[in-house]
Amino acid sequence: MNYHWNWGIFAQQVQAGEETYFDWLLSGLGWTVACSLSAWVIALALGTAIGVLRTTRSRTLSGAGAAWVELFRNIPLLVQMFLWFFVVPELLPRELSLWIKQDMPAKEFVTATLCLGLFTSARIAEQVRAGIQSLPRGQRDAALALGLSSAQAYRHVLLPRALRVIMAPLTSEFMNTFKNSSVAYAIGLLELTFRARQMQEDSEQGIETYIAVTLLYFLCAFIANRVMALIEARTRIPGSIG
Amino acid sequence: MISIRGVSKWYGPTRVLDDCSTEVAKGEVVVVCGPSGSGKSTLIKCVNGLEPVQRGEVVVDGVSVTAAGTDLNRLRARVGMVFQHFELFPHLSITDNLTLGQTRVLGRSRDEAITRGLAMLDRVGLAAHRDKFPAQLSGGQQQRVAIARALAMDPVCMLFDEPTSALDPEMISEVLDVMVKLAEEGMTMMCVTHEMGFARRVAHRVIFMDHGRIVEDCTKESFFGTPRSERAQQFLAKILRH
Ligand SMILES: Nc1ncnc2c1ncn2[C@@H]1O[C@H](COP(=O)(O)OP(=O)(O)OP(=O)(O)O)[C@@H](O)[C@H]1O
Ligand SMILES: [Mg+2]
Repeated sequence: MNYHWNWGIFAQQVQAGEETYFDWLLSGLGWTVACSLSAWVIALALGTAIGVLRTTRSRTLSGAGAAWVELFRNIPLLVQMFLWFFVVPELLPRELSLWIKQDMPAKEFVTATLCLGLFTSARIAEQVRAGIQSLPRGQRDAALALGLSSAQAYRHVLLPRALRVIMAPLTSEFMNTFKNSSVAYAIGLLELTFRARQMQEDSEQGIETYIAVTLLYFLCAFIANRVMALIEARTRIPGSIG
Repeated sequence: MISIRGVSKWYGPTRVLDDCSTEVAKGEVVVVCGPSGSGKSTLIKCVNGLEPVQRGEVVVDGVSVTAAGTDLNRLRARVGMVFQHFELFPHLSITDNLTLGQTRVLGRSRDEAITRGLAMLDRVGLAAHRDKFPAQLSGGQQQRVAIARALAMDPVCMLFDEPTSALDPEMISEVLDVMVKLAEEGMTMMCVTHEMGFARRVAHRVIFMDHGRIVEDCTKESFFGTPRSERAQQFLAKILRH
């Protein structure tokens, strides 16, 4: 192999500009983190709400929750990105559609975040549902017997317990969110993967580029994992196993 | 205080309560017994509306549980309930278990709720455990906390669903002692239990259920003298033999 290694490439300026390749990757990392964290907030809020709906006694509500989950879970993420980016704006009223296409600020970021948030919400909803259903039925009865409303029973008893139960899958999901955000390069969000491809073409140092990017993704997922582990330790119930 | 009138309940095609009627007067202690699956839990859960019924009426302290439009949360706040598996909230400290309903349902201030909760905890002899979590207590202690939690709501009556049947023998008496004291202080109580010693000591009446039906509903004296139904005689013979 006569590949010409050049680890100094990151400090060099890009072909057409003042910035260095390091600047590109750093700004890509910034968008990746911003998109993943925002999507995670959306996913956690929506996913919890929909997971709860799926455990209510109302057929309509739990049916609506099931439809949501199936919708976002059965379509590949990349296709969802394209749908949100190219198709959904066309279906909106003319004015709104024009505004989105021409004037919406940070269009790629908003679209990617929303798409990733909704996609992940369906997965979290399933975990929340399973978590709630794993609790003994007596817990709900005991909460209601005290006079708590259904909403209060979820808020103070069922969810705090269910979320602890699903900490392990939730941790994986948080890490997945970072990794899945790379799909956003396809609609032109200048995130890490986009910047990697750009740098590879611009510098022709593909191996160094992807080694660096791999490490950066690894770091993100690793930090996400540690953060969740910290939360898990903090919320551990005294006297329980593990 | 509690009046159950012609209550029937079905799960799908199976009838689990069959035209049940009985009354519990203020200050009266009524023990409900009968073979497994006879509908005891279902009956007692109808009293605070945890189980809806298809036919008949339940009235507690002048409020119809079964009527549409009844504020069930408000009613449940005034009816204490104790479960076979304690159903303390494991993620909350003992103090928080005692105050949750008081602050969220009765609108008491935290200080007020703590004062009241700890007074009840003291009453069941566990004041020293206020800062522990449920998993750090024995079964008998957990059940006594559960009784204190119900009492902290200042209930007009108490429902017990086999409060000692998940306990080791040596813990049964510590829970029964608390219940006997409560009965002697004039609390209106409806207890599903097979502790015939308890029934002999404090019950005014005994109800015997079989196949969803109230087969015997008589004074303690006549129940332990000679129950009229053969089914109840067999049942008594079986449980008193041990
Ligand atoms: N959710 C349910 N769906 C269908 N059937 C049920 C349900 N809950 C209870 N049953 C049935 O209703 C009948 C009465 O149950 P219940 O729990 O009231 O009996 P029990 O007298 O309390 O019995 P045990 O002594 O075992 O606690 C049983 O035959 C049971 O199988
Ligand atoms: Mg039962």
